[in-house]
Amino acid sequence: MSLMVLFVLMGALALAAALGLLFARNAVYAALFLVLNMLALAVLYLTLGAPFLAMVQITVYAGAVMVLFLFVVMLLGAETLREEGGPIAWQRPLAAILGGVLVGTLSYILFVEATTGKILPPPEDYATPYALSVKLFQDYLLPFEVASVLLLVAMLGALVLVQIERKRRRNDDQTSD
Amino acid sequence: MVPTSFYIFLAALLFTIGAVAVLVRRNTLIIYMAVELMLNSANLAFVAFARQFGDISGQLFVFFVITIAAAEVAVGLALIVTIFHTKHSVDIDAMHELKG
Repeated sequence: MSLMVLFVLMGALALAAALGLLFARNAVYAALFLVLNMLALAVLYLTLGAPFLAMVQITVYAGAVMVLFLFVVMLLGAETLREEGGPIAWQRPLAAILGGVLVGTLSYILFVEATTGKILPPPEDYATPYALSVKLFQDYLLPFEVASVLLLVAMLGALVLVQIERKRRRNDDQTSD
Repeated sequence: MVPTSFYIFLAALLFTIGAVAVLVRRNTLIIYMAVELMLNSANLAFVAFARQFGDISGQLFVFFVITIAAAEVAVGLALIVTIFHTKHSVDIDAMHELKG
């Protein structure tokens, strides 16, 4: 019963934060709404018996990723921008209609699938960090290694992208002198 | 125990809000945040189904999704910074160079 109350509270908070992201005028507010959404989702992970994922969600997503977002928003000074109109203003009502269709079909398909099974109470050692790491380093060792290479490539890619830009601007400065 | 279908319905709602935000907003950074919101809603569905079937493979998949999202954010934000230096704007309508 108390789990249900928690679910309703956190679900409402997550939805409100998502709507805040949708309607925020300022990109910094949008980023902060997304942090709130991720924290609510972390609590929901706890109610689903995933304590390790909840902590990863808070440290990696709400911590690292959103700090990166806020950093770039403030670096570029792109908090507030023109939002109205634009070449494709007619897209807005269409987007609302398509969103309604999407939520209808998604919930129909997933409800039909999700309500067929019976929830068994999870075993005592379900999703402890120990159980997760045994599974990760035995059954999913290759994806784990591939993910580490991918992270390295992404890091190098980000560095190279910024470096090319810097080199080109230096050349521009020299030609203008 | 909260039924799995409640979590799935919440995930569907969050995914839809993210998709509508991608379609409606014009600020590239906010579009990017909406993509993260959609990834998060898919993660919620993964964790809910992992509990339903008593199998932690779903949780491990969320782990990998978070890893990929971190890599994606690093490269994507570097791209946005580079584009901003040439266009002096993060407005998605300003990026129409490939339009025929």
